[in-house]
Amino acid sequence: MDQTLPLSALQHYLYCPRQCALIHVEKVWEENRFTAEGRLLHLRADSGATGRRGGIAEDRSVPLRSDRLGLYGVADVVELRPGPDGRERPYPVEYKRGSPKVEDWDRVQLCAQAMCLEEMLGVTIPEGAIFYGKPRRRERVVFEKVLRVLVEKACGDMHAMIEGGEVPPAEVGKRCRGCSLAGACMPGASARVESYLLKGLE
Amino acid sequence: MKKLLNTLYVTSQGTYLSKDGECVVVRTEDGEKHRFPVHVLDGIVCFGNVLCSPFLLGHCGEAGLAVSFLTERGRFLAGVRGPQSGNVLLRRAQYRLADDPVESARLARAVIAAKVANSRAVLRRCLRDHGDRVHAAAIGRAVSVLDDCAGRLRMPVDMDEARGMEGRAAAAYFEVFGHMILAEDPAFAFGGRNRRPPLDAVNCLLSFVYTLLAHDVRSALEAVGIDPQVGFLHRDRPGRPGLALDLMEEFRPFLADRLVLSLINRAEVRGRGFVRKESGAVFMDDDTRKVVLTAWQKRKQDEVMHPYLKERLPLGLAFHIQARLMARAVRGDLDGYPPFFWK
Ligand code: SF4
Repeated sequence: MDQTLPLSALQHYLYCPRQCALIHVEKVWEENRFTAEGRLLHLRADSGATGRRGGIAEDRSVPLRSDRLGLYGVADVVELRPGPDGRERPYPVEYKRGSPKVEDWDRVQLCAQAMCLEEMLGVTIPEGAIFYGKPRRRERVVFEKVLRVLVEKACGDMHAMIEGGEVPPAEVGKRCRGCSLAGACMPGASARVESYLLKGLE
Repeated sequence: MKKLLNTLYVTSQGTYLSKDGECVVVRTEDGEKHRFPVHVLDGIVCFGNVLCSPFLLGHCGEAGLAVSFLTERGRFLAGVRGPQSGNVLLRRAQYRLADDPVESARLARAVIAAKVANSRAVLRRCLRDHGDRVHAAAIGRAVSVLDDCAGRLRMPVDMDEARGMEGRAAAAYFEVFGHMILAEDPAFAFGGRNRRPPLDAVNCLLSFVYTLLAHDVRSALEAVGIDPQVGFLHRDRPGRPGLALDLMEEFRPFLADRLVLSLINRAEVRGRGFVRKESGAVFMDDDTRKVVLTAWQKRKQDEVMHPYLKERLPLGLAFHIQARLMARAVRGDLDGYPPFFWK
């Protein structure tokens, strides 16, 4: 892998590979309400370095990196929970503005964070949690084998796409409606240009 | 969909622009202060002696705002662009196409097709609205020349033919352009296109509006990461924004020319708003320039139906859409460049 990519790229890739390519190959970026609010929520999580919550020590805004996955990023919160051997074990917690989704995206992303931590610290991390803003609820995520395979595969495919400088064509679907890059993507731009030109010249 | 934002045009000499938080602070020489939040702007255009603090320039760059410096009369001097724009893969693809005569001719044909069709639409609209007040026969003759060009452009053409068609269409169109001017004022007599410097009020208006158009088109191209210098129809010449000129062609007739015509015909600009210099060059005074800037800004808010995407959008966004479609065509995602046909 020539380059490391931010963890958010993985999230975009899972949502829509074209969206990921628009951002990382074409370098388009459009802020909309959702990304702005997402940033605010993150700012809040960023507000301190370390602290304690209900007797559990936590680190906030923890830098992450994995050479194997080619990813870097920041974990919102990493709690330090006692493991079975009595030693403290990292437990990543991600904050999401929205509600839990049927798809695996958020879990894959959290698992990728855990895999980064594992590589950096030489530990095994069996689980973490996602905090959803709507409803305000914490969801446990177990980093099982299938999830880890999904992370590896998605990272490999994503890097191949971006290093190839490839922007896959739009696959118009339901997700386009909630897509912050629809303006740049123009999923509707597919009509044949030649017949359009002939019509314009009539 | 991207939002249409405002462009801040600064024409008062000696104005100082600086940054305060997320705002642009505009301080005129007499001490007056205005503030504009950066997120409502898509660009700043400074005419003449206008100063900008480096922090403001940096902030604009980061926020993707184009800042341009023009002479007081509107000649482009320099632009400040942030670090984000510029996708090297897209630019490489663009340079490869520009080196390929067949591909260049294909793109040039699309650009000329829209210019011809849109010029013809402007003439037809004039015949429809003012057929009884204009020299209809002459305009009709120009329409048939454009019809002929349009017919020939229905087939692929090589670059020489494309340029030939461009020249023929422009000559026919500007020959009757003066007929579309309904104002009695002799200051607005039009004898043909001239520039650098413009020798009459109409040419002065046309040149100025083309400058505004060039600024917007160029910023749109830069925002999508394509090189505004390397064109297909307009070949490389140092300092010339070839691709911006290409992309401008389709907008000239219905956006720029019609704006000039309506400013004159509705008497929003007057002959006395123009000054003739010893050299014969004609310039507009400050008030006239403000009228034109306001009209330009207002025109960009008008909603149109995009003929290719079939979406309604403010005209000012059409530059960005066309720049993206051009990038799409350059990358080969589309089977050609779909220009903006005005109906
Ligand atoms: S608009 Fe649809 S196809 Fe385009 S990037 Fe967004 S989700 Fe993907």
